[in-house]
Amino acid sequence: MHLSHDIGIWIAALLTLGIYSFLYKDNPAYKLCEHLFVGVSAGYYVVLMYFSVVKPNLLDPLFTVYPALRITGFGQGDLVEQIHGTMLPLWVRGNLGTTIGNWLLVGGLLTTLIFFFFSKEHKGALGGAARIGVYFLMVSFGASYGYTVMARISLLIGRVMFLLHDWLGVLHL
Amino acid sequence: MKREIPLLISMAAGIFVLIGFFVPHPAIRNTYDDIQQWVIIVVAFTYVLGMANLMRINTEQIQRRAKDWPYKLALVLSLVGTMIVGFFFSRGSHYLDDRTGFSWIYLTFYSSMSSTMFSLLAFFIASAAFRAFRVRSVEALLLAIAALILMIGRVPIGNAIHPAIPQIADWLMEIPQNAAKRGILMGAALGVIATGFRVILGIERTYGSEGGG
Repeated sequence: MHLSHDIGIWIAALLTLGIYSFLYKDNPAYKLCEHLFVGVSAGYYVVLMYFSVVKPNLLDPLFTVYPALRITGFGQGDLVEQIHGTMLPLWVRGNLGTTIGNWLLVGGLLTTLIFFFFSKEHKGALGGAARIGVYFLMVSFGASYGYTVMARISLLIGRVMFLLHDWLGVLHL
Repeated sequence: MKREIPLLISMAAGIFVLIGFFVPHPAIRNTYDDIQQWVIIVVAFTYVLGMANLMRINTEQIQRRAKDWPYKLALVLSLVGTMIVGFFFSRGSHYLDDRTGFSWIYLTFYSSMSSTMFSLLAFFIASAAFRAFRVRSVEALLLAIAALILMIGRVPIGNAIHPAIPQIADWLMEIPQNAAKRGILMGAALGVIATGFRVILGIERTYGSEGGG
């Protein structure tokens, strides 16, 4: 066991434990960490916004001849890019897997859009298509959920590694 | 006039930006770029406004010695401390460089606390799954199966059970998830365009201070 001598590591480790103490129940240590987190986050974003946006875009041009930052392509919305990305060949010679995948992608997109089309009652063919759209949405939500869970678990592993390796020095990689 | 002037400003700016996007003439394009910059600056100031609001509410509570005021004090001190270090003790525009006070605060406080906060959700998301995954319909079944395959496919045990599981997980993300995600994005984009036209034409007026349509 090689305990860290870095004050930053100690602070980060105590804050980590303070936040995890919430798993038992709400307590003063967690409340303190929670408020510190809000304070540091707000301060961090104010400094970040000042140096990355306000200073180069407002203050520098006011006091110096600073070429205006060109923001081209900003107006390019999701719509055009998503349509462009979905214009796929529906028949790929010699590759049945890609062909089926492209059909599913285009069909899934269209049925999902039909589900979000509320100007007409979802009955008959429209209702059937909307129903298939719901299935695609459910698979998508499930996949996103699983992906999020794994991302959170990955973060948890990262924190445990930090505590055991960086702080306590009991885990050697 | 309190309603009409902001409405006229938003109409004029909206129409100009719309024209500027499609007309690449320098006279229009330069002003178009300037307006884009103004928007970025205004958005940046909303952070300052948020910070000021946070300070106001918390300092009031500290002064009144309201419930939990010591925590509010910690919040205010950490906020002011981060800003002082960022503005005055972190080499100006090089504030994000290694070994500046600001990067130390970022690594020690912000990064560690944000990743811990998010990882905390790993516990709650698992318990929420037990409640959410009660398979009562075809839709719930599809959701549960997709989530299960994704979770198993992302860890080594998935590959150990069957090599096809990680491939199915990738396929799920690539095809059905992508199709639905694109549908949602395009639906949202169409909604934003429709709302934008409503604002430009003065039909949508709820953003004004007095509200109402």
